[in-house]
Formats: sequence, structure tokens, C-alpha cells
Amino acid sequence: MDLTLKIWRQENAKAKGKFETYKVKDISPDSSFLEMLDVLNQQLIEDNVAVPVCFDHDCREGICGMCGLYINGRPHGPDTAVTTCQLHMRKFNDGDTIVIEPWRAKPFPIIKDLVVDRSAFDKIIEAGGYVSVNTGGIPDANAIPIPKKDADISMDAAACIGCGACVASCKNASAMLFVAAKVSQFAHLPQGKVEAKDRVKNMIAKMDELGFGNCTNTGACEAECPKEISLTHIAKLNREFFAAKIL
Amino acid sequence: MSNIFSFSVGKKLIMSLMGLFLIAFLVVHLGINLTLIFCDTTDNFNIAANFMGTNIVVKVMEITLFGGFFLHIIYGLILSIQNMIARPVNYKVANNSQTSFFSKYMFHTAVIIGIFLVLHLFDFYIKAKFLHGAESVIINGEEMHDLGALVIERFQILWVDIVYIVALLGLAFHLHHGFQSAFQTIGLNHPVYTPIVKGLGLAYTILVPLGFILIPVIIYIQHS
Ligand code: HEM
Ligand code: SF4
Ligand code: FES
Repeated sequence: MDLTLKIWRQENAKAKGKFETYKVKDISPDSSFLEMLDVLNQQLIEDNVAVPVCFDHDCREGICGMCGLYINGRPHGPDTAVTTCQLHMRKFNDGDTIVIEPWRAKPFPIIKDLVVDRSAFDKIIEAGGYVSVNTGGIPDANAIPIPKKDADISMDAAACIGCGACVASCKNASAMLFVAAKVSQFAHLPQGKVEAKDRVKNMIAKMDELGFGNCTNTGACEAECPKEISLTHIAKLNREFFAAKIL
Repeated sequence: MSNIFSFSVGKKLIMSLMGLFLIAFLVVHLGINLTLIFCDTTDNFNIAANFMGTNIVVKVMEITLFGGFFLHIIYGLILSIQNMIARPVNYKVANNSQTSFFSKYMFHTAVIIGIFLVLHLFDFYIKAKFLHGAESVIINGEEMHDLGALVIERFQILWVDIVYIVALLGLAFHLHHGFQSAFQTIGLNHPVYTPIVKGLGLAYTILVPLGFILIPVIIYIQHS
């Protein structure tokens, strides 16, 4: 496949960025999107035309949440329920022009090119996205009975890898789906219920403080989430919040 | 302990509750308006409208209504402005994710409703109440403003009708997303009931604005 790439290039956080156009040839339809970018970078180095394009990645198997590119108007590209590293080039056509942009949100400042700083998510987790455990001996796995239904919902929420595609796709740059997943995963488990009230209040307060937008139930996040986190978790987050605040 | 309104989710709760209150109010409003075209005289409309203006329970509801509008608008503005600030640099390729279409235009439809609201209140509320814009009639021995005549007079003016219809289309689009969105905001999302709520929302969004639109259309046709 021969492709034209329009890529956002930005020297550093302060620099004014712009789009650069590059051409790549003979890309295998079976390669991943990131492998395609590897080919581009190799070419840029060999031809000595520009410094390689910076992009985040780590596991390249859809579990770490590091990769994340806004491709032709969609976070993680045209496929559904996959991360950028799992996106195959066969989802594109020979001769296509692909526009690649970084996540755009005030709390996610650009570090370089396509790499953004997502430590805002870490700050939200620090505000309450954990269970304070007293580490003692290993307890019996069946000591605390958890209904299968709750375990399943909690597990679905825990699938969130913190990639930030929800923020990137949301017209309000809202982090509600991420925060909802992190709140919901604990809210359904007995261990998480102990600190539920403080958790939900503190995490929402931190999310607001960091400058994420407000949810308008538009649903772009759910449509783009590589882990298919559902909007029902946002409803759960809202219930948890009202229970903590009003009851 | 900071209060609930300092949280984004708290502000949204107020917005959704006030939105639902407004949704309920509009059904009553429509019911009263429809007497204008389904009754032979404007008496029923006048009795209802004056009842709405004088009864003590309705008075309390009226304060809630104005307060509700106020809070809905203020919080709507605050949240929308924060949303615009949250993405200072926009994408080159606009987002084309699968989302509810009208939710993207809530602010735009709100502006249309807002402009209409000012005109509407001036036309029928302030004029009749404070500027003696309505004549007096005596129905069943009671003297009251002849609001029915005022409405029928206004609706014979073409541009008034057009503004009215545009505003109601704006309202329909606002509620197409708003109706079901309010339930999600309150935290009600259920595999069985949510599709029903969405269905009810769709029915409301079509029937209520259509009902309101019929009134000026019929009055205009009858008098021209
Ligand atoms: C000047 C008038 C109005 C303004 C400025 C306004 C503004 C807004 C804004 C900015 C939103 C948030 C958008 C979103 O959540 O997607 C919203 C939501 C909503 N509006 Fe309005 N609106 C107005 C009038 C109305 C009226 C007349 C009704 C009902 C009859 C209404 C019902 C709703 C509902 C139910 C929601 C959804 C609330 C939620 O998602 O929790 N609005 N409005
Ligand atoms: S909710 Fe989905 S899109 Fe958002 S951070 Fe988690 S995995 Fe990524
Ligand atoms: S690189 Fe780990 S999820 Fe894509």
C-alpha cells in the first residue's frame, strides 16, 4: 500500500506545531499502524530528511494504554474496540491520505509531536482510585462472597487501560468515562465500598480541578473506547456521587 | 465540605432535574393552549390562564419554574463555557465518532430557545401583567385579562408565527437529546427501562412541539 501521511509535528511543549506531509510506499496491509509509523521513521532516518516522528507505545498488544493517535477524526482510528497498536493497515485503502493528530485536551499538554502528557489521569487515580489495604496474610479467595453479576460488572470496568481516547473523542474533552470506570470497578466490590463515598467525591473534584470538560452524555467516548467501557458506568458514577453527597 | 454545586456532576444534576420539571410544565402549557383551537370560545383558555396567574399553588410552581429556568440556563452556560475551554486547540479533522447528533448542538438549540423565551415572556407575560396589553373580559361574573384574544391577535402576524415555529423546532432538537440525557445524568440507566425512556422521549419530542406548532398555524389559516 502507498499512503500519504499528514502528521502533526511539534518540537516541544512550547513550540508552535504544524502538519507535515510524508509518503510511505509498499506498506503491508497486515502490518499494524505503529509498524507503518516505524517504517516511516526508518525512512526519515535513512533519507536524513527529518527527525523521526515521536509517538507513544509500549506493549503493542492493546493492554498498556500508552499508544493513542487521533487518526482521520477518530481516536485509535477507523476500527472499533482496538487500540492504535492493534489497528491493521488493511482498514485503509491503497492511496489513502491519513491525518494523524495527538490527543487534544487542555489537561493533556503535548510533549512532542504526537506524544501527550497524561499524568492528569495519574492525579485522578491518586485522588482516590485505589483501596487502602492492610497487607497481612493471603486471605482465602472465598472468604468474601461476591455475586457473579457484580464481579462481572467490576471486571468490565477494570478493563479500562487509561489510554485517554474517551477524553480525545469527547466534544467537551470530558474524562467521565475514565473516572466512571475507575469508580465503578470498586463500587461493585465489598472491598471498595468501604471508601466509596470519599473516592467518588475526591476523584470528581480532581477531574474538575484539572480542567477536563463536563459530560453531556454524547456517547463519543463509549463509541471509541478500545475496551468498550459502557455509559452505564457513568450512570453508576452519578449514583455513587449523589449517594455520597445527598444520602 | 464543599457543596454539591461546586462539582460538575452536581451542577448537571440540577440541570437535569430542572429540565425534567420544564418538560412536565410544557405538557400543562400545551394542554391549556390546545383549548384555543378545540373550544369554540376562548373562555376556557382565559379561565385556565388566569387560574395559572392567581392560584397560590400555581404561584409556588411559577416561582419554581422561573427559578428552574434560571438555574438551568446559568449552569448550562457555565458548563458549556468550561467545555469550550477544555479543548483550546481543535482537531484538523473534526470528530466523526458514532454519537447522538443533536447532543452536539445542545448549546445552539439552547440559544434559539433563550432568544424566544425573552420575546415570549415579553409578548404574553409582561405585556398582559404589567403593561395592560390585554383587554378585560368578564367570564362567569369574574373580570380577567383576555389573554385568548391577545394570543389570537398575535398569531395572525406571520413573522410571529415563524419565530414561534423556529423556536419550537429548536426545542424539539434540544429535547431529542435532553429528555433521555436527563435520566442518564440522574443515574438511571437500565437495560430494560432506558430504551423505553428513549422511546417516550422521542414521542414527546415529536408530539409536544407539533401540538404547539399547530396552534399558530390553525389560527393563521382561520383568520386569513
Ligand atoms: C434558554 C433556555 C435554555 C438553555 C440556555 C438551555 C441550555 C442547556 C444546556 C447547555 C444543556 C446541556 C447540554 C447537554 O447536557 O447535552 C441543556 C440540557 C438540557 N435541557 Fe436545556 N436549555 C434551555 C431550555 C430548556 C427547556 C425549555 C427545556 C425543557 C422543556 C430543557 C431541557 C433540557 C434537558 C432535559 C437537558 C438534559 C439535561 C441533562 O443532560 O442532564 N432546556 N440545556
Ligand atoms: S475508558 Fe476506555 S477510552 Fe477511556 S481511558 Fe479507559 S480504556 Fe481508554
Ligand atoms: S502500545 Fe500498549 S496498548 Fe497500544
